[in-house]
Amino acid sequence: MEILATIAAELQRGEDQEVRTLTQSALDQSLEAATILEQGLIAGMQVVGERFRVHEIFLPEVLLAAKAMNAGLAVLEPHLGEADIHTRGKIVIGTVQGDLHDIGKNLVGIMLAGAGFEVIDLGKDVSPRQFVDAARESGANVIGMSALLTTTMPVMKQVITLLKDEGLFGSVRTVIGGAPVTEEYARDIGADSYGFDAANAVESVKALVG
Amino acid sequence: MTRTVDVPLSEIVPTEEALVRALGGTPDQAAGDRVRRLLGDALDELRALAEPRGIFAEVDAREFAGIYEGAGDNEDPSPLLEIFARGDSIALFAVTVGAPLSDRIAALFDAGEPALGATLDAAASEGTELAGAHLDRLVLSEAREEGTANAATRVLRYSPGYCGWNITGQRALFAALGPEEIGIRLTESCLMEPLKSISGVMVMGPAEVHEFESDYRFCSDCRTKICRSRIRALKTRDPEGDDDGDPGHDRR
Ligand code: B1M
Repeated sequence: MEILATIAAELQRGEDQEVRTLTQSALDQSLEAATILEQGLIAGMQVVGERFRVHEIFLPEVLLAAKAMNAGLAVLEPHLGEADIHTRGKIVIGTVQGDLHDIGKNLVGIMLAGAGFEVIDLGKDVSPRQFVDAARESGANVIGMSALLTTTMPVMKQVITLLKDEGLFGSVRTVIGGAPVTEEYARDIGADSYGFDAANAVESVKALVG
Repeated sequence: MTRTVDVPLSEIVPTEEALVRALGGTPDQAAGDRVRRLLGDALDELRALAEPRGIFAEVDAREFAGIYEGAGDNEDPSPLLEIFARGDSIALFAVTVGAPLSDRIAALFDAGEPALGATLDAAASEGTELAGAHLDRLVLSEAREEGTANAATRVLRYSPGYCGWNITGQRALFAALGPEEIGIRLTESCLMEPLKSISGVMVMGPAEVHEFESDYRFCSDCRTKICRSRIRALKTRDPEGDDDGDPGHDRR
């Protein structure tokens, strides 16, 4: 369908107005909302994610595309039933308690949403209790934690301990990241995975729920 | 003596080139109209919202040794004690570009404008570094006027959280300097609010004072490796001159 390819192409160029108009036109042409989502918006965002991963484009272009994706989604949402939304999985993310650095976490969330995950963003300064309760209540498969300071990294371990205490460890997987966090630290505290950057975080989460 | 300064706005606005670099891009990637507009908008917002201020206080080597020791969490060995001992003079410092920028960045993300939000975030981080560089120049030019520094004297900043100086060192630094006076607060987890703030010590002396090998245990975990270019730059340029062609190199 030509219009779906055009939506994907305009999304890649970050043309949010165009994507909004084209998405409405596609609906007017009686295309299924779920088809427009999968073959237009998500398809376009996948190309953007891949081009970012191989350093063909840089961050602002990804984020302009994400904005265009949201513009299209806003048009589709009233037409999408629960059953139409086939997410790859559900992930609760947040910046850990005591830490207010949230740009990295926001970018990880945007990339995960673009890759088809349902993202529940708890924001910053999130306590272990809030992470675990949100995962239980939403039925999330993964908790993603971000920390930018060594003084706040220990909260990640507290979340994992709480998951164990509440019998959720294993069924809810964990992925961690942030500038001072390392793969070794992830192993040490028993996290299931580690993301070096936003693109790598998507790969890690895909591998976890794969 | 502790002094506070209002940093001129013109001093903290990075070039578009430096901003692109801070965002992990190359000039080619930033050539498109949309990206250029975004960069321009972010720099306009930085000019409109930044409230750059700084505070500094000279301390003697003995007083500083106690501050550096902090809660005793520093790496041992670390290159810093030797560097501090070799310096001609030492001043504690903190700078911030203010809270309104962080509020605006958060509001942009909330409003579904992540591209401008992330670009402004990078611009504000660069601006904070440039505010620090302004203090370097100020301290150096005053020392030269007083005759306590000469043409070969350089200033380099070191911060808790870098090069083996544990971030918990922020507590002793704050107790000695009082950055609350320019609106910077330290949280229990040693985070500074406003977020776009930096703190540490300015060490003045000949460029060689700052040289060290980057083979310490903690160097392998460091993502920035910025010490190398900072030390190199000291030898090739006078921070007081206008040949400071790389404002974006000095990232936290
Ligand atoms: C769920 O799964 C996942 C998976 C991946 C995940 C994830 C979650 N969360 C993040 N990721 C990953 O994906 C994201 C997207 O690619 C990435 O997220 P980031 O948030 O890392 O990336 C952002 C999009 C862009 N990156 C950043 O914004 C951080 C970059 C670096 C260079 C950095 C910057 C720019 C700044 N800083 Co500073 N800063 C450093 C950083 C070192 C580095 N190279 O990363 C870091 C974080 N800083 C550090 C320090 C020490 C400090 N900084 C300070 C200040 C600053 C600036 C103001 C100059 C500036 C702004 C910071 C900000 N974020 O607002 C001070 C603290 C500020 C405060 N408010 O308290 C100060 C304390 C220094 C001082 N004494 O002044 C270090 C912390 C180390 C520690 N011991 O805790 C540091 C790691 C540098 C270092 N030493 O190597 C990945 O980490």
